[in-house]
Amino acid sequence: MDSIDVKQKKIHKEYQDLANSISPKSNIIGNCIRAFLVGGTICTFGQLITNIAKNYYDMNTEEASTITSISLIFISALLTGMGIYEKIGKRAGAGSVVPITGFANSIVSPAMEHKREGYVMGVGAKMFSIAGPVLVYGISASVVVGLVNYFFIR
Amino acid sequence: MAQNRLGGQTISFIQNLPRITSRASIVGKKEGEGPLAQYFDKILEDDLWGEKSWEKAERRMFIEAAQLIMKKAKKEPADINYLFGGDLLDQIISAAYAARSLGIPFYGLYGACSTMTESISLGAVMVDGGYADHVLCLTSSHFCTAERQFRFPLEMGTQRPPTAQWTVTGAGGVLLSSSGEGPCITHVTTGKVIDFGIKDANNMGAAMAPAAADTIRAHFEDTGRGPEDYDLIVTGDLAKYGRELTIHLLKKEGYDIESRFIDCGCEIFSEEQDIHAGASGCGCSAVVLAGYLLKQMEDGQFNRILMASTGALHSTVSSQQGDSIPGIAHAIAIEKKG
Amino acid sequence: MEYIKAFIIGGLICLIGQILIDKTNLTPARILVLFVTSGVILTALGIYEPLVDFGGAGATVPLPGFGYALAKGAIKGVEEKGLLGAFTGGVVATAGGITAAIVFGYLASVLFDPKAKN
Repeated sequence: MDSIDVKQKKIHKEYQDLANSISPKSNIIGNCIRAFLVGGTICTFGQLITNIAKNYYDMNTEEASTITSISLIFISALLTGMGIYEKIGKRAGAGSVVPITGFANSIVSPAMEHKREGYVMGVGAKMFSIAGPVLVYGISASVVVGLVNYFFIR
Repeated sequence: MAQNRLGGQTISFIQNLPRITSRASIVGKKEGEGPLAQYFDKILEDDLWGEKSWEKAERRMFIEAAQLIMKKAKKEPADINYLFGGDLLDQIISAAYAARSLGIPFYGLYGACSTMTESISLGAVMVDGGYADHVLCLTSSHFCTAERQFRFPLEMGTQRPPTAQWTVTGAGGVLLSSSGEGPCITHVTTGKVIDFGIKDANNMGAAMAPAAADTIRAHFEDTGRGPEDYDLIVTGDLAKYGRELTIHLLKKEGYDIESRFIDCGCEIFSEEQDIHAGASGCGCSAVVLAGYLLKQMEDGQFNRILMASTGALHSTVSSQQGDSIPGIAHAIAIEKKG
Repeated sequence: MEYIKAFIIGGLICLIGQILIDKTNLTPARILVLFVTSGVILTALGIYEPLVDFGGAGATVPLPGFGYALAKGAIKGVEEKGLLGAFTGGVVATAGGITAAIVFGYLASVLFDPKAKN
C-alpha cells in the first residue's frame, strides 16, 4: 500500500508543479502599489477627521480616535450599500480590506446579502459571518493581555 | 452480458439512437454581452429578472428554458417522460422547484458543473433502452446564487485572483427523443472522480483538468477512436488554464487534441469582460451546447463532436476541513446522422 | 507632515496585507483576524505604541489599530479596576467602533438591496 501512496503523492506533486507553472501569478507589484495608495488615502482621511475632532471639538486623543472609527465605518457602510465599496475593493485589495472600513464592509455585505432570508437569522446572524471571528479573537486576546498585566506586570 | 458496453467506461447506443430534437438557452445580462450573444434564445435585462431573490430568478430561468424547449418541439409536459436536471445550489433547489412547476417525472442530479452531460447521459440511456420517448435534460446556474453560496457576499470588496472563474448566469437544455430530426447521441463515457490534490478553490480549472483528461482518454481507449475522429472536442468549464493543463495531460497519454479542442468557459465571455480565467457553472456548458454548438452542427460546421462537461465535487465544508477538490467529467459523443 | 506620516504608515500596513493575500492564499476573513490579533499582541509587547505616536491615524485606522485600542483598553482597565478591568477594558475602549459597525451595518442592510455584479 505504501508504494501506491508514495506514487500517488508523486503524481500529485508533479501535477501541482505543472498547474503552478501554467497558472498566472497575481500582479503583486501592481496590487501592492494600489493597496499602499488606497490604504494610505483612507488613513490620511482618518487623520483629517482626528484633527478636526481634536482641534475644533476639543476631544482628547482617545475620543478623537473613536469618532474617527465611527465616521469611517459610517462612510464604509454607505459606500457598501451603494455598491461602491466592492468596486474599490476589486482594485485596491488589502488597501480597502485592512483599514477599519474593511471591517465595516465585512459586516454590511453579508447583512445585505442575507436580507432575503429574514431579519433575524438572515441579517442578524449572518452579519457576523466574517466580523464575528475578528471580535472573538480580538477581544479574547485583549482579555489575555489584561490578565497577564494583572497577574505578572502590575 | 451487457452487449452495449465498450471497454471500461463507455456505452454505445444501437437500438433507438437518442436524438436531440429541441434545445433552448436563457442567459443573464453579462453573458448576453459576450461573443455568443446571438445564439441564445433569451437574454435577461437584469439578473434579478423582477423576482424577489436571485434563487427565484434562477428557478424561473430553469422553468422558462424547459417551456421553450417543449414549445419548439410542440410538446406538452404530459408528452415528456422524464426530466433529468440539476444545478449548483444546496439540495439542487432550482431544478427541484422548477420540476414542481413543470409537473414532469423528475430525477434530480448533482454533478456540479458536469450536470449537463450527466443529464444527457442518463436521458439517452432511457431513450435507447426503450423506456422513454421524450426526455428533457436541463441545468442552470446563476452568478449571484453561486457566489454567495460558495464564496463571499457580493458587496464584499475582495480581489479575484487571475485563476478565478466567473459563474455563468444561464439555463440551457435539450430534448432527447426516440424519433424525429436532430443529431444523435452515439456514445456516453461516464467519468470517474479524479483528484490530483488541488486545494485552491480559486483554481477550479486545475482541479477539474485531470478528470477531463481521464474521461477523454477513456473514451478514446474504449471506442478505439482518436482526436481526428471528431470535428470538435469540447469541455465544460475548465477555462484558460484548465484547458492548457488538459492538453498537457492528454499529450502525456499520447493524444494531441489541441487543434480541435475548445472549452465552453473560454468561449462565452470575451477578454474585455474582466472575468479572469474564464467562465464556470452548470449553465456554462448547458447554454454553449444548447445555444452555440448545436446550432453550429445544424449549420453543418461540425458533424461529430465529443462533449465533456466538467464538475468540481467539493463543498464549502470540505474546503474548510482542508480536503482537496475532486473533479469529474462525463463525455457524450454527438453525431449528425441522416 | 502628520498627514504624510499617516499616509505612509497606513499604506505600509495595507501593503503587508496585500503581500499576505497574494503570497499565502489567506482569505480576507483570516487576514482581518490576523491583523487585529497581531495588533493586540504588538501593543502588549510595547511595539505598536511608538507606531501610533509616529503615524497617528495611519496606525490606528488599519485593523491592527483596532487591536491596539483593545489591548490598551484592557491594560488601562486593569490599572483602574483590577481583575474586572481585564474583562471590560478592551470592549469599553472599542465600544464606539463595534456599535457603529453593528448599527450602520443593520441600517445599510435595511436600506439597500444587494446588486448583481457585471
